[in-house]
Amino acid sequence: MDVTNYVVLAAVLFAIGATTVLLRRNAIVVFMGVELMLNATNLAFVTFARMHGDLTGQVLAFFVMVVAAAEVVVGLAIIVTIFRTRRSASVDDVNLLRG
Amino acid sequence: MTTFVPPEIDWLALAPLLVVLGAGVVGILVEAFVPARARRTTQIVLTLAALAGGFAVVAVLWPQIVAQPVQVLGGSVTLTPFALGTQGLVAALAFLGVLVVADRTSTGQDAFAPSASAVPGTSYEDLARRSGLEQTEIYPLLLFAAGGMMLFASTDDLIVMFIALEVLSLPLYVLCATARRRRLLSQEAAAKYFLLGAFASALFIFGVALIYGFAGTVRLLVIAQRVQQGGLPLEGMTVLLVAGVLLVTVGLLFKVGAVPFHAWTPDVYTGAPTPITGFMAACTKVAAVAALVVVLYRITIGVGAVSPETMQQLQAVIVVVAVLTMAVGTVVGSVQSDVKRLLAYSSIAHAGFLLVGVAGFRPEVQASTLFYLLAYGVATIGAFGVVTLVRERRVGATSGEDNGPVEDDGVVLGEATEIAQWAGLGRKAPWLTAAFALFLLSMAGIPLTAGFIAKFGAFSGATNGGLWWLAVLGVLASVVAVAFYLRLLVVMVFRRADDETVPERVPDAEDLGEGAGASGAPAGVGTATLVTPQVTASQQVAVTVVRSRGPAAVAIAVCAVVTVILGVFPSPVLGLVEQASKFVP
Repeated sequence: MDVTNYVVLAAVLFAIGATTVLLRRNAIVVFMGVELMLNATNLAFVTFARMHGDLTGQVLAFFVMVVAAAEVVVGLAIIVTIFRTRRSASVDDVNLLRG
Repeated sequence: MTTFVPPEIDWLALAPLLVVLGAGVVGILVEAFVPARARRTTQIVLTLAALAGGFAVVAVLWPQIVAQPVQVLGGSVTLTPFALGTQGLVAALAFLGVLVVADRTSTGQDAFAPSASAVPGTSYEDLARRSGLEQTEIYPLLLFAAGGMMLFASTDDLIVMFIALEVLSLPLYVLCATARRRRLLSQEAAAKYFLLGAFASALFIFGVALIYGFAGTVRLLVIAQRVQQGGLPLEGMTVLLVAGVLLVTVGLLFKVGAVPFHAWTPDVYTGAPTPITGFMAACTKVAAVAALVVVLYRITIGVGAVSPETMQQLQAVIVVVAVLTMAVGTVVGSVQSDVKRLLAYSSIAHAGFLLVGVAGFRPEVQASTLFYLLAYGVATIGAFGVVTLVRERRVGATSGEDNGPVEDDGVVLGEATEIAQWAGLGRKAPWLTAAFALFLLSMAGIPLTAGFIAKFGAFSGATNGGLWWLAVLGVLASVVAVAFYLRLLVVMVFRRADDETVPERVPDAEDLGEGAGASGAPAGVGTATLVTPQVTASQQVAVTVVRSRGPAAVAIAVCAVVTVILGVFPSPVLGLVEQASKFVP
């Protein structure tokens, strides 16, 4: 298997994640799209680390995981606060500001 | 047996970051161990001391770093004069921002919800308000954000830059959701900022992954070296490098608030608590623009040497973004009817002017960028500081225009942000109006204010880089911007205040749900987007100017003085930033 296959898979996952963020309306699903993008990044990091034969990429993947976890904490807190107020997690209902 | 060799760490070079971030950690402990009565004072003193301390360490380090830039921890912190200048700038602006945050004004309330997690309009929220709870966690959050901003441009390592990006963003997302009034708007702003911010950081990190794949390292200077040397495993796939650099740039342009990545700016600036907006607008812009300069200039050392046409394409991207940003910022800004939104679009326009300077790709641009950021930062914090003091006050249905600004016992509500409500402010609060006018003139770039010198520097950066037509566009955009700043000025100074009482204006349900406790009757639970019956009962609001309890007034005064001094005697500061135009160690 060529390294290209792994990179293409990472790019495809990243694109699916980005599409989810841009097209889906539920804040939780949008957020899952972001997580998918971060995990695609991890795949790319680990692939490249193997290709270059050094551990930097694998360490970076751990950093990304930790940051993703921190983002989940803050993000879910904000989404849950809004949900408790409005009983809806749709980003379309969140429309008091004019965009 | 192997022996342990401790790493050699230049602690002094790390000191500005350690002071600020360490104080953030101490602030968390203060939350746990200091009794509630003393907590607010302790936090404010700690925060201001940490930021002042950080600035002092920067000043101590300055001569040493100007003489000899250092790399600490293998380049994780690369302290060049430019990076150190950014750190000092962030610390100073954050200090002014915290002064505005700390002010409770004559209403005795700060701008933050008593308990930010309480659902708006519930009895719990009411209880939290009446028992005088305070969300003092905002101060450690501000310190963490400031620490992240200071680290953002002081690193050569893209992964440290990513972590700094998150350290500065995550506290800001939370802070956006903590407004005392208009809480739904505030939470909505936080959600938008968070989702778009997370998206942008995902783009950034994927860009880093691609660059790592191409170059086998995430150190910017090493990348430049390896690209020049050649012989990389993926030599043929320069598309990885180009795509990587573009994705990283997009991630940074999002934080800068440049078009087409600006969609969050007006909403977040409007929804966030105003003191936080001021802090965020000034300090985030400093950090993000500085990081953009670092990334672009260091990357182009390598790329520019190997393939000049890639370099030109990259420059073309920045030029297009700069033009779009100036156009959208000034044109859309000139039709805004809300002061906070107007300042948000002004901030977008300024991002465009800054990018005009950056697009020249000349080393001396770093000096003019730092100066621009200083001028823009003090004007922005000052302007948002003034916005926090201009408030709505509820008046009885019968009372007409005979209300003086102060003697009425009507409840002071949130900020009066409609431009029409600012009519006649010149008579009610001449000093405040004068300061605000000064900030607007500085943002417009009128001579004898800091903004003029700043814009001159940015545009000459573009002309020196051979982009004179871009500088001309910049000047044209400035002229349009002058029009919308002047419009606001005319309303404030020349329009009569007889429309001071806006009849039949229905205040936001959140305003009344908050209601400052005195007249009770919180708006309905969960239906706060709809107008509830109590609210429609012919409520009228007048505009009043609340008195600062000191800190905000000091901040506004300092901002005004700095704006004038930088405009009249810019040479000492210009000399300082001139020393900073060295960013490669």
